[in-house]
Parts: sequence; structure tokens; C-alpha cells
Amino acid sequence: MTTSDWALVCALEDIPHLGSRVVRSDTGDIAIFRNDNEVFAVHDKCPHKGGPLSQGIVHGNTVTCPLHSWKIQLDSGDAIAPDVGCTRSFEVKVEQGQVLLKT
Amino acid sequence: MEKKRLVMVGNGMAGCRTLEELIKIAPGMYDITVFGAEPHPNYNRILLSPVLAGEMTVQDIILNDWDWYRDNGITLHAGKKVVKIDRIARKVVAEDGTEAEYDRLLLATGSNPFILPVSGKDLPGVIAYRDIADTDAMIEAAANHRHAVVIGAGLLGLEAANGLALRGMHVTVVHLGAWIMERQLDRPSADMLQASLEKKGLAFLLEKQTESLIAGPDGRVSAVRFKSGETIPADLVVMAAGIRPNTTLAESAGIHCNRGIVANDTMQTYDPKIYAVGECVSHRGIAYGLVAPLFEQAKVCANHLAHYGIGTYKGSVTSTKLKVTGIDVFSAGNFTGGPGCDDIVLHDPSGGVYKRLVLEGERLVGACLYGDTADGAWYFQLIKDGQDIHAVRDHLMFGQNHLGDVGHKGQTQAASMPDTAEVCGCNGVCKGTIVKAIKEKGLFSLDDVRKHTKASSSCGSCTGLVEQILASCIGGAYTPASSTSKAMCGCTDMNHGDVRAAIRDRHYIDIPTVMRELQWKTPNGCASCRPALNYYVQSSWPHEAKDDPQSRYINERAHANIQKDGTYSVVPRMWGGLTTPNELRAIADAAEKYQVPTVKVTGGQRIDLLGVKKDDLPAMWADLAQAGMVSGHAYGKSLRTVKTCVGAEHCRFGTQLSMGLGVKLEKMLFGMYSPHKVKLAVSGCPRNCAEAGIKDVGVIGVESGYEIYVAGNGGIKTEVAQFFCKVTSDDEVMEYSGAFLQLYREEGWYLERTVHYIDRVGLDYVKGKVVDDAENRRALYERLLFALQDYKDPWLERAQADAKSELGREFRTIAIRQAMKA
Repeated sequence: MTTSDWALVCALEDIPHLGSRVVRSDTGDIAIFRNDNEVFAVHDKCPHKGGPLSQGIVHGNTVTCPLHSWKIQLDSGDAIAPDVGCTRSFEVKVEQGQVLLKT
Repeated sequence: MEKKRLVMVGNGMAGCRTLEELIKIAPGMYDITVFGAEPHPNYNRILLSPVLAGEMTVQDIILNDWDWYRDNGITLHAGKKVVKIDRIARKVVAEDGTEAEYDRLLLATGSNPFILPVSGKDLPGVIAYRDIADTDAMIEAAANHRHAVVIGAGLLGLEAANGLALRGMHVTVVHLGAWIMERQLDRPSADMLQASLEKKGLAFLLEKQTESLIAGPDGRVSAVRFKSGETIPADLVVMAAGIRPNTTLAESAGIHCNRGIVANDTMQTYDPKIYAVGECVSHRGIAYGLVAPLFEQAKVCANHLAHYGIGTYKGSVTSTKLKVTGIDVFSAGNFTGGPGCDDIVLHDPSGGVYKRLVLEGERLVGACLYGDTADGAWYFQLIKDGQDIHAVRDHLMFGQNHLGDVGHKGQTQAASMPDTAEVCGCNGVCKGTIVKAIKEKGLFSLDDVRKHTKASSSCGSCTGLVEQILASCIGGAYTPASSTSKAMCGCTDMNHGDVRAAIRDRHYIDIPTVMRELQWKTPNGCASCRPALNYYVQSSWPHEAKDDPQSRYINERAHANIQKDGTYSVVPRMWGGLTTPNELRAIADAAEKYQVPTVKVTGGQRIDLLGVKKDDLPAMWADLAQAGMVSGHAYGKSLRTVKTCVGAEHCRFGTQLSMGLGVKLEKMLFGMYSPHKVKLAVSGCPRNCAEAGIKDVGVIGVESGYEIYVAGNGGIKTEVAQFFCKVTSDDEVMEYSGAFLQLYREEGWYLERTVHYIDRVGLDYVKGKVVDDAENRRALYERLLFALQDYKDPWLERAQADAKSELGREFRTIAIRQAMKA
């Protein structure tokens, strides 16, 4: 048995459908999102003015920032044009109903 | 299956817009080949005037650069003129022999300038004004010659004349009609326009018929002779006497033409494999020469090329705007009037303002504006919507006054603003930035400008200014969206009214059902439509539809106001603005315990605790609940506060117990979910210290009872509330204002304040439902009370919720644990 670089976050059902949870980490908050069939993780900071993306409305593969409505793609962390910017994204996976985050 | 082949003849604005629309809705459906006679990619023909005037360059006005064709896999034959359509073999042939076979052919051959059939029309120095080559010829002539004559004082002629004058030529405009721009302006406005153009150095010769153009010793044109016998010098003659649809190619192929290629409402010609769009088309007998209708045609045509088979083009009402810097002219619809029409005219010659509105019955059918065109877009919208203007007839002439009062230094005229002037005070966007974006990115709509510059995308108070800037940059190409038919968002083509009606009539009680049944285009909507749908299902089916927290904006989901740094503010309710030492003590204790950095008294007569961490919210609410305090809903689409004055309880002038009534109203409406925020006020006498005149519902106590005012607003644009009715008792105030708010809840569109709701439906309508119809009023009031019953304080619910429950976990963060893996 070895320690992997995947960290256990929570059960999938602990994240609301089309919602998010916030994970506290040493390098800043990470927002974990869940949509119809996928889970995503990005730095919880909008590239525009640092708004907490975890608090936004999730639709498709996108979250709309609650501060000034920038739309951020959850898989890449890129802002949707014409806005330009990017927030860091993290690898995340679901195994046996548990959400795991690559650290 | 092999891909179908689409060939387009003509590489102009209408054609390329059709391709853009087609690629958007059916990417990869066709192999596309484009033939263009000009050696350029698609450019914005409307902006040739600023190029001529030296305000822009050719590069600035390219709409689709070479990369666009390549990226979309389009084969472009630029500089190759198609000379033959073989309808049997289904192919086109260009001048140089290039051939292309088609399954569908799109004709977008545009128009040709009308050249007067006079002798000397082919001399060097005689040109039309149509494309980049003409523009270059004019710029070249201006550098080497002195006298220019422009024949035709229409839109294009005047813009050409202005450009040539700016380039230093001595310009005379010759016109056959009795006044200039007679197809767009009436006599008084045309005379005013002529006077100001004369001040800019242009000379005019009206009612002159050109007889011939005379050559000089060098063979170049040197003079223009009129039928009257006069002769004037001319080194450059620009023919701007109108355009004719270019139907040569279509006619040679035997396609039915009649002053244009005849196309039906789906933009199909008499050959079902051949479509046509743009200036070459005759649709229901009209050939359009302005870009806005052509874009509408493009959208319909693309829809049919993509085999969607829906959408028809039924013709357009057009508007005109002259693009001469510093001069404002606008006209739309039938501006000349006639039998059965009324004119409303405002004419101030020395002030330089002329406005004429033409009404047919209670509808606006035309407008002609000179000097002050700020309301052009609004009038145009009223004309297009065919809206009944009965309610606003008495102040129609004075415009919509749609602009917010503040945030742009009181400027209301975009044309007179310098480029450095700030237009959007929210996002700090100045006029120059907007103009640059419109020109460089080829923007045509308000939404485009909002996306690219952020101007007008926050509070919206500068929308009117941005629309003016758009109109002055792109002229007639700007079409304000029809307010009633505008789609909710990009996820659907349905508007708010239709969606509301479907939810009510078909008994939809959850968002997934609405999206499925109404064929939403996105899997789960967007941040605009989901909150709206969530409101609509719940307001239509109270206690039956379940709230969807993930479709609520964060403030309503967390029941606190998010701040710029991600912290929240907490505002406990103080009924009617009243509080007690005990409550104040609880607030002070909570502020200390949770280290609240800022404590502020709000405009709604209560106390705001700012800078609270989200994790602390449930505990803080629990503490406040101990002192009997509940959520103030400072965050929601709900009742904010009922502001009160001291009233007859203490005040020596008070006529009614305003505090007591305020408390009763606030307790009744606590937790009401509405299309937008709702603010009330109760004043105890007409001195109106509670400022009831700018509230959604304002109540003023008088000796004999209460006056109720509705649809006031104190924000972006101050709107004085309108008198609604007079009642005698507290109970009546509750019933009338409750019924009014219920009507608004049932019929208002999401994010529509009461003032905008009443703007849309009319005060008379609302009075008819609430004041005049006692039975309906009671029914509305009962429905409101039913919807409000059993409302639970959201703070208490969450403060008591388990941390792992659906309500509780919103406020909990997760700490990472290292996983062990086999």
C-alpha cells in the first residue's frame, strides 16, 4: 500500500447537482463543481477581480462569477470570449462515489 | 454521405452575414465557395464614408479577414466576377473560367449605382460612390483637384460631399428635388440640415437637372452643364443618384426578376435551389438599401439553408441616420403623414431642433428628428412594435428620457461628447473606447457592445447613450431589439411573456420540465434564465413548485449579500424601521463576537453588518434569532423594507399612524418572492418624510385616509410614483397594495421593477384590475396571502440545520485528507 497523490475530498453526493463545495488548501481555496455528469476543480478565484467562483451559478461546463458575471470554463479555467483570462484548474476524479483531487 | 455544396455569388455584408448565421447553426453542413468581384475580403460598406472623411482606414472596416474564410473552410475567389449560372448543370462560371458546382446557390450580388444617362458620363473623373475603388478614386482626386460636384443629395451623396469637403475640395451638391434627402426628411428638417452643411462649407444647387458633363483640354471632366443653361466647374463628378439592384446575372440565367431578384418570405427565388439576400433582392416588391433589413433576411435565409424550415422574413420598417460628424438627423417609418394621420411637431429654428412625430390613431408610424436625435431609437422601437401610445401621448414628444440621471455627468447627447468622456460610470468606459470597439470589431448590436466593452452591462443607466453612439457609428444598420419579442437569453427563442404563459397554462412546476417541454437549447440553461424560471414556477404554483437553490443568485442562496472580497453582509429586519435596546444590544454583541469590520446604517432604516465570513453566518444568525431578529432580505428579489416616518404617534403634523401601518405591511409581505426587489414607504402626512414618492408602493397619510402611489423608483433613473387610489382604512391599504403587488408578481418579467412593468402594461390596465374590479382585487389579495402563508425565516432554518444537510452544507468548507490507495 502506498500513499498516492490523490486526496479524498468528499462523497459525490455531498456536492449539490449544478453546485459546488469549497476545499481549503495551503495554496488557496479550490472550488469543486458538479454538473450533469462530471466533476471539475478550479482555483476559487475569478481571473477578473478575484471573485469566489464557487458561489456562482453552474450551467453546462461553465460557471458565471457572482461578482461581475464573467463566464469561466470549468474544464480549462479559461474565461469565455470576449473576456480574456484564466484561473488554474486541477485534476479531479470520481471513484466509487468518492471525489478525489490531485494534489 | 457527401457534403452538400453551397456557392455564394457576391462577397458583401448580407451574403457573409448569411454564411456566419449558417455556420453558427449548422457548422460543417456545406462545402462553401464564395465568389466576389472585388479583390477584398468582406468589409463594412457603411463605413466607407468615415474612410473618405479620413476618420478611418480601409483596414479598419474589414469585417471578415482572410483568416475567417480559411478557418471556416470557405473557398474564396476574390476578384473573380461570376458571369454565368448554368441551372441545368448546377454550376457557376466566372470571367476567368473558374467554375463551381452547387447544390444550393446563394445570390448576394448587391446593387449598382444609378448612372445618369447624360453625355460625358464615361469621362475620366466621373465616378459613382459604391466601393473601396470609388473611395480611393475620390481620395486621389481630392489630393490633386479642386472642384467636386456631387449629383444627388441623398444619404450617400451628402456623406460623399462631406468627406470630399473635409479633404479640402470645394464641393457643390446638385439635386433634382426641392429639398435634400427628400426620401428621409421633410422640408423643415431638410432646410435645417442644409443650413448646417452650408456652414461646413458645402454649396447646394437644388431643382437642377444635369444636361451633360463637359470634358476639358486634358480629356478629364471639367464642368457640369444644367438644362437651365448654367455651367459650373467640376474636376470630379460623383454620381449618387440612387442604386439599382444588380440583377444582370440572375436575369441572364432566366430567374424571375422585377426591380430585383424576386424572393419569397424564405428568401428563395423562383428556382428552388437558388436563394437570394441583400440589395439585389425584391421582397414583396421592396428592394432594401439599408443594412438592418438585409441582416434580417440573412438570418431567415441561413435558417432555411440549414434545413430548419422555420422563420420567415416579412419585410422591415427602416430607419435612417446620417453619418456626418456633428450633425444629428434621424428618420423612420412614414414621416410625411397623410390622410388619417396626426402630426406632433416641435420646431425651434434658432435652437437647431426639429422633431416631427406622425401618429395614426394611437400608434406612432413615423418620426423625423433633427438636432436632437437622442430618442430616435425609442421612437423606432415604438414604430416597430406598433405599441399603443395612448398613455404617453401627452409627453411622447419629450422622449423616453430613458437615460439614468447620474453617472455620466448629466450628458444626454452622445454626438456632442468628446471621445474622452465617460459613458459608463459603472465600468469606466469612455466614448472613444466604445467607438473603437464598434468600428474595429464590426459590432452591430447593443449586446455586442456590452460583451466587448462592458459599457451598459452593469446598471444599464447609460444604455440610451450607448445606443446613440451605435447609431451614430453605423447609422441605419443599428436596429434596437424589439422589446416584446426579445428572447429571454441565448438558451431559448421564447420571450419572458411566452415562457410565463406556458408555465401557467401547462402547469409546469419545475425547471427541468420547462426546459424539456419548451425545447431549451442548452442542457441546463444559464445564469440569466435559470433564476427567472425558478421565480416563474414558484410564483405561478406556490407551495407546489419546489425552490431550486442552485438556480438562485448566491445572495438568495446564502441569504446574505456577497461583497467584493467574497465576505457577506448581514442585515437583520427592523420592522417599519423600529428597533429596541434589546435588539441593538444583540447586534452590537454579534458585531463584536464575529469581528465585523464595518457597521453601517442603511437607507432602508436598519443596520448593515459588513464583512462577515461565510462560515460564520449560521452561528451569527442563531445569535440574532435569540434576540428575536429575522432575515432582512437585503439581498433578494423580495420585500426590502417599509420605510416610515414618525407619524401621528409622535409628530405634531402627523395625520395617520404611519409607523404602525408600516410594521403591519412589512409583517404581511415578509418573505415575498417577486420579479425584482420591492420597496415600500408610509408617510404620516403630505410632507412625506418617508419619501413615499419614489417607492414601488408609497402610502401617504392624509386626514381623511391614505393616498396610495405606485411604481416609483429612486435608483438609476428617478421615477416619481404615480397616484393609484385613495382609501380610508389600514385594511384597505393592505388589500389594495397587496393586490397590486400580487398582479406584479403574476405578470411581471423577472428583473422588471414595478415602474417598468407599468411602463409595459399601462397604469390604466393595472387600475382596471385592482382599483375598479373589487372582486378581482380580493382574489389577487387572497392569492398573495396564500403564497405567503407558512413562510419560514430562512436564517433560522439554516442556523438550526445540520452541517451535513442540504441547507447546512452551503456554509461549510472541506479540509483535504490524504487518500490511501492499494
